[in-house]
Amino acid sequence: MKKRGLFFRKTTNLAVTAASILTVGFALLFMGWILYTVFDNGFRSFSWAFFTEPTKPYGIPDGGVANAVLGTIFITLGAVVIGVPPGLLGGIYLAEFAKGNKLGNVIRFSANVMMGIPSIIVGLFVYALMVYTTKTFSGLAGSVALSIIMFPVVLRTTEDMLLMVPDALRESALALGAPRWKTTVNIVCRAAKTGLTTGVLLAVARVSGETAPLLFTALCSDSWPFGYFTQPTSNLTITITEYATNSPFPEMHTRAWGAALIITAAILILNISCRFLFKDSRHGK
Amino acid sequence: MENNSNLIINHTAAAEKTKISVRNLNFYYGMHQALFDNNIDILEKQVTAIIGPSGCGKSTLLRTFNRIYQLYREQRAEGEIFLDGENILDNSVDILELRRKVGMIFQKPTPFPMSVFDNVAYPLKLHFSLSKSEIIDHVEKALRGASLWDEVKDKLKKSGMALSGGQQQRLCIARAIAGEPEVLLMDEPTSAIDPVGTLKVEDLIEELKQEFTIVIVTHNMQQAARISDYTAFYFQGKIIEFDITEKIFTSPANKQTEDYITGRFG
Repeated sequence: MKKRGLFFRKTTNLAVTAASILTVGFALLFMGWILYTVFDNGFRSFSWAFFTEPTKPYGIPDGGVANAVLGTIFITLGAVVIGVPPGLLGGIYLAEFAKGNKLGNVIRFSANVMMGIPSIIVGLFVYALMVYTTKTFSGLAGSVALSIIMFPVVLRTTEDMLLMVPDALRESALALGAPRWKTTVNIVCRAAKTGLTTGVLLAVARVSGETAPLLFTALCSDSWPFGYFTQPTSNLTITITEYATNSPFPEMHTRAWGAALIITAAILILNISCRFLFKDSRHGK
Repeated sequence: MENNSNLIINHTAAAEKTKISVRNLNFYYGMHQALFDNNIDILEKQVTAIIGPSGCGKSTLLRTFNRIYQLYREQRAEGEIFLDGENILDNSVDILELRRKVGMIFQKPTPFPMSVFDNVAYPLKLHFSLSKSEIIDHVEKALRGASLWDEVKDKLKKSGMALSGGQQQRLCIARAIAGEPEVLLMDEPTSAIDPVGTLKVEDLIEELKQEFTIVIVTHNMQQAARISDYTAFYFQGKIIEFDITEKIFTSPANKQTEDYITGRFG
């Protein structure tokens, strides 16, 4: 057999390494660029009033985004309350009780399909379901829309995290005479605790930047978000959309940048803390 | 050797009461049959070792004694296994109580993600309603029983996962004996821990057999020879030979047994 030359192998190695470094650089470049622009423009809008005052109607020069921050927090928390429990329970069912059975496969497949549904469709669905029937936009409707997006994410990460728990741990709990449900709750979920938390936080990060599903549900408002259950509720993403696209006033554009910075920073912090949380747990505190 | 004379004394003095008797046991992993018409009697308060090459069904046999195989849908056992005369493969058996009576130690130590104390208290809380001070007493007793008390008495609040491998395995033994079982199943309990840890576990097994019937699966033939009273040699899902350990290792009746223990195959 003819041997391949050393030169050939070395050049191929070099070429592939260079190509992968370039690709990574390309991705990082855009991320850096986006972050830089958002931080650069966003910081300019930061002031005491920006964080303490609510949004003002068009034409009034001052004002902040405090109500939108609070609204986003309300809507996201609502989504967590509605979407996380079924996601966790479903994930537990898939990992612990549905190994290889038909129903499990159907659920898993459906969850994957759900993850692929465009978020605006989810928004329209909830519009038809809640806004059209109750004749009012509400923060709650926004939470429902976001929870529908969260559910499959939480479901699948929960399943993955629980499957990482070795069977030996399940067996040793069962071998002590623990019933199946206690084994799942006391031992398996406890062992996967950080993984599960990470999954939920990542799902929160995933939905807190969503705009489209809120467009048909929570809408937006200049008041404080205390009408969460029955009234349009202010939130950051739609405020950004409004200010950046519909408003002719430059100070509103600046505020849109500021709002963008708040949400970007929040998601960034969420993601980074997830990484640290998960890393710590794997190295066994 | 001292050890050997001990074994003989134990053997002759034993009441020869059968603790577990297996009758016509067949075991299947889906379509694949792993055990073929097994019949074996495990004597009370004796150490019975099960040896044989990888994949011969040693662990499978062990896993029928507490029906832990039932965690997996595709696995099933046919035949009868009597524990003190009661067929444990019968569906009417209270499986949680069965598993309290038949404890199990696994190949890799499996401390639960909780403190040393809570690990040992776990089976106590499962099966008994005890006051806090009673639990504390039982935990100490179990840890002493597993010769671990002196090493962990100052770190009971620490995570069980922070202990060394050998300590973790003894923690699992403490946890297994806390619920006061009658039988202990050990599935290669020392294969994942270092020689010092192994020695401690082996010494512990010597002590534990005063109180418990022990069935141990091991790849290590010296270990089987050192610690067991009876040895069963398994090959391809069948019991080839079962006798007093000394006899198996000095004058085996079967050619395959002899080949295996002399290292000619396996």
